[in-house]
Amino acid sequence: MRTASSSTITRRSLLASSAALLVAGAGGARARCISGGMPWDPGAADPPHLVRPGPWMFFTLDEAGLIEAAVDRLIPSDAHGPGGKQAGCAVFIDRQLAGPYGRAAGLYMKPPFMPGAATQGYQMPDAPAARYRAGLKALADYIAATFSGKSFAELAPDDQDRVLAGLESGSIALKDVKAAEFFALLLQNTQEGFFADPIYGGNREMAGWKLVGFPGARYDYRDWVERHNEVYPLPPVGIMGRSDWTVRE
Amino acid sequence: MARKLPPKDVVIIGLGWTGSILGYELAKAGLDVVAIERGPWRDTASDFPPAYAQDELRYAIRLDLFLRPEQQTLTFRNKMNETALPIRSFSGFLPGNGVGGAGVHWNGQTWRFLPTDFNIRSHLEQRYGADALPADMTIQDWPLSYDEIEPYYDRFEKLCGTSGKAGNLKGVKQPGGNPFEGWRSAEYPTPPLKQGLGATLFAEAARKTGHMPFPQPASNLSEAYTNPLGVKLGQCTYCGFCERFGCGNYSKASPQTSVLPALLRFPNFSAQTESEVTKINLDSTGKRATGVSYVDSSGQEWEQPADLVLVCAFSFFNVRLLLLSGIGKPYDAQTGQGVVGRNYAYQTTSSVDLILKDKILNPFIATGAHGMIIDDYNGDNFDHTGLGFFGGGYMGFGQTNARPIETRPVPKGTPKWGAQWKKATAETYQRACSLATHGSSYSYKDCYLDLDPTYKDRLGRPLMRMTFDFHDNELKMSAFLTDRLAEIGKAMDPAEITAHPRQGPYNSTIYQTTHNTGGTVMGTDPSTSVLNRYCQSWDVHNVFVPGGASVFPQNHGYNPTDTVGALAYWTADAILQRYLRNPGPLG
Amino acid sequence: MRRIFAAALLLVSPVASAGSASADSQDFDRIERGRYLAVLADCGACHSKPGGQPFAGGLALRTPFGILVAPNITPDPETGIGNMTDAEFLASLHDGRGRNGRRLYPAMPYPAYTKMSDDDVLAIRAYLATLAPVSNAVVTNRLPFPLNIRLAMVFWNKLNFTPGRYQADARKSAEWNRGAYIVEGPAHCGTCHTPKNFLGGDNNDHALAGGTLQGWFAPDITGDVRKGLGGWSKDELVQYLKTGANKWTLATGPMAEAVTHSTSRMTDRDISDIASYLKDDGAHDASPRPTPVEAGDGVMRAGQAIYRDNCAACHRDAGTGEADLFPLLAGSAQVQSDDPTTLVRVVLQGTRAVSTLARPTAPAMPAFDWRLTDAQVAAVLTYIRNSWGNAAAPVAASAVATQRTSLAKTP
Repeated sequence: MRTASSSTITRRSLLASSAALLVAGAGGARARCISGGMPWDPGAADPPHLVRPGPWMFFTLDEAGLIEAAVDRLIPSDAHGPGGKQAGCAVFIDRQLAGPYGRAAGLYMKPPFMPGAATQGYQMPDAPAARYRAGLKALADYIAATFSGKSFAELAPDDQDRVLAGLESGSIALKDVKAAEFFALLLQNTQEGFFADPIYGGNREMAGWKLVGFPGARYDYRDWVERHNEVYPLPPVGIMGRSDWTVRE
Repeated sequence: MARKLPPKDVVIIGLGWTGSILGYELAKAGLDVVAIERGPWRDTASDFPPAYAQDELRYAIRLDLFLRPEQQTLTFRNKMNETALPIRSFSGFLPGNGVGGAGVHWNGQTWRFLPTDFNIRSHLEQRYGADALPADMTIQDWPLSYDEIEPYYDRFEKLCGTSGKAGNLKGVKQPGGNPFEGWRSAEYPTPPLKQGLGATLFAEAARKTGHMPFPQPASNLSEAYTNPLGVKLGQCTYCGFCERFGCGNYSKASPQTSVLPALLRFPNFSAQTESEVTKINLDSTGKRATGVSYVDSSGQEWEQPADLVLVCAFSFFNVRLLLLSGIGKPYDAQTGQGVVGRNYAYQTTSSVDLILKDKILNPFIATGAHGMIIDDYNGDNFDHTGLGFFGGGYMGFGQTNARPIETRPVPKGTPKWGAQWKKATAETYQRACSLATHGSSYSYKDCYLDLDPTYKDRLGRPLMRMTFDFHDNELKMSAFLTDRLAEIGKAMDPAEITAHPRQGPYNSTIYQTTHNTGGTVMGTDPSTSVLNRYCQSWDVHNVFVPGGASVFPQNHGYNPTDTVGALAYWTADAILQRYLRNPGPLG
Repeated sequence: MRRIFAAALLLVSPVASAGSASADSQDFDRIERGRYLAVLADCGACHSKPGGQPFAGGLALRTPFGILVAPNITPDPETGIGNMTDAEFLASLHDGRGRNGRRLYPAMPYPAYTKMSDDDVLAIRAYLATLAPVSNAVVTNRLPFPLNIRLAMVFWNKLNFTPGRYQADARKSAEWNRGAYIVEGPAHCGTCHTPKNFLGGDNNDHALAGGTLQGWFAPDITGDVRKGLGGWSKDELVQYLKTGANKWTLATGPMAEAVTHSTSRMTDRDISDIASYLKDDGAHDASPRPTPVEAGDGVMRAGQAIYRDNCAACHRDAGTGEADLFPLLAGSAQVQSDDPTTLVRVVLQGTRAVSTLARPTAPAMPAFDWRLTDAQVAAVLTYIRNSWGNAAAPVAASAVATQRTSLAKTP
């Protein structure tokens, strides 16, 4: 199962090479019998699906407004570089929630669901998408009630920070939603979006990687292992490349 | 309705390290071998090329190469009087899936156990007194000695091309290697990896404080290498995408890079992927296996008859399969009777985080098994008199990566978000590093595996239930090791140092290792073991569990893979030289 | 598949096929010689279909002119060659004339097989006659009109084909002549490696100087230093033919098949003689070395960035690769070939190297078509073709685009 859903034709050829046969069982089986050599299919590749700018795929416009404002406080824009909004963290979270991550694909979702000890892991049946829907609604309701009908995006930055801190500590109670847990999820996804490969929609212009000096999707540091205390000179690169790959006359 | 296939000589359950090694040895001997693998075929160029293998989100966070709990999972509880609940999402340990198994996404840390580890119980009782060990500690001697397994360690390391420096060649200590290790018959196949600044600083501090650091043995290869099967591996490029990732340039030893190209040349070997073995079938006497049943991904059930069944899945799945197949007496923790599921153990790790002063560590330049380590506090390498615990572990600088979603340290007290967080993150990343201890996990009466009474897998079969917690012995050991490590850390002159000794209770949500051991213990006494010294079932003589970590009576202060690989070869030899000549119990 | 082969070889046809009077199944030496010659000639490459019975035909060949399907050459009397006379069999390989005088298309490499001695051809016949007869009726001619009119071959042959046995060159050694015989005759190297004219005939003015077939460029195997084997030692060439790999490169694509089924099974002596013949062409520059594209050029700078980020982790910054694993690019003849078809294809779709007993690794180059645009593929190829002492014409983005489209149509 792949994390990124692909709308392009899968490159994985199911046709037999001389070394692999598909064994048909009842109902079109996929069990694969491999013998006689290492199979190979031309063009076989399973890269992540490139997130393109465009309309929100999961968030409503109101939810998106809240999220964009929130990620911009969690990671503010300043002298160290772009903030969460400019870096595309909201887009990242939107696409993640619209995909397998959002629907908790691949997780064990059989009942009975019982609250467990802290050492036993998350035991609730709600997938991240459902948690965001519920959490954002509860948060929007709280803010409207507390700030005379305003939305999160309309608050002053200090107020926004206070709200986030209140969620983090759990001192703000949200209706039917555990505030601290929801905040932790939001923060986790925001930071994922800031530091993940730009192919996923966040870390635009590799803002996150530039913040810390991480060279990104590089694969060969042989000449640098023993150059102790030297700054690594090459700019970061993502799965879909960097600007230097473009021919400039 | 199960469909019956033509018989094979050998059916191998799971095509990871042990399945590949056994597959090769037996196919080479001319037997007709089929390996049945639950997960998909995996190959370097199509599955983890260095064009998208280096994707932290996909592989390290979303765990793309690992087993989906929806397909198979466990339930977990700390204590027997608690209710076990499903692990709905893996985080504390990460079972693999697919051809290559954990061999695809391991770190490559390749350690032998100590000679004294192999007779740990009698050694400790002899040194510290017959009553020294806690009553509920169920460690036991291995049914083979270090001297007996040494040639097999050598064989597995030569298969992998492991990079390192011997510390003891045929009894003669060698400078630059591990002075505590058991004797080696040969030097490592390739020289040690190069070391970055962090490891170098640690080694200096370790020497300054009277310890003997040496390069960590690594199956990320320091140079290109052709193994005895004729398969060639490349040179590791220190990319920092090792554990949880497949290797993109053939430089991490794995079934893919070390065995499968040679194995697939045998026309008498085939692999059946995306097929899960559900049961080992027995004849009416219950003493002989007739083959296995398995289910393909569209739900069709098949029966594969075979004369020899090799259980080569991941450790606790081996245990579960024996339980579901009725092979061996299940362990009952209340009564202490039975053996299948008994002596489950883990690993006791801890860390010491440092923020150095003015340094450019380039922590993203790393391999899965580079670094400088000391072994002074492993096993019984030091006098435990008066310490209040037994066991130990290696420790040192072995930081495998600095991938920024997970690794962006900040000083104590830094807020978790906002402007201060951002500033601290930018200013700390290049200066921070983490040291680690990797300690033993001894076995106890109340740490075990059995079948869950409530939760089922997608096929309606009971999940494996894990009951495990740290005991005082392990927690005291961890505190001791962490203190020793922190002393060395202080000698690195950090701006900030934070020790994180392992604390109880065992938390299955925090990643520590995937070194889950025990449950099908190998031994000399059928009342305390599932397998004899040849990894053959006491109960069903044509069923072997060739060396997965489930055969360990307890876990020692090292990663399991070298021992797993060595035991796979050990079992292969037993099958070829003893069993096939005279099929029956090998005693 | 190999087991089926082994089983088939052991089966000796119990009934002498009607009409083929001359195959004496007790003539072990001749049959063994024929078996080996079938390896040299690699008959199975076309006449055996993967998953099918050996030599029973059915494999479709994509020629530049359309599809041809190799016929059944087992001794089956109805659907195979069981009823063929020796004279007809000789005419097939020597003159391109099949059953009942029907013209063969030169996908059957009779322009090369014509050099084989009668004895050798009939030895192959004797061997084929011992195979299990397989009933498999094959429709061979799937070419579009008017190419499917075989009579047209009369004119093609007049322009492009000179029948005749190999004539030894008395000035050369026995080894050289043996090598020449194999290369020009049964091994039919020129069928791929000799450039073709627009009719698909051999351009013998440039014998073995490289040819494009089925979307691969079979490189120059003359002594050209920059684009051919001039820089290879004889030992390196021997190792390549025997094991599929040497310090320069690994066999892949159609050559992987040739190594697996033909060259890796040749005797050491024959491989040595082939190498002697090919290396006797010396080391020369057939064409003037082009001026390498300037390193500062925009395309080269982009190519260098792309190379570093995509290629260097295996092929190394200096293009030195790793013997038996990652081809050497610095000084590589394939890299500096005039025709970049193989280079473009391998970058777009990836490829797998051959596996032999001596070199089983079979590493694979991953596909980059999803990651690199046509301009980026062109830039990185131009970069490797003009770095580290290499010099060759730049690759155009339009050429990459064309090949990308054609690969999508015929995977």
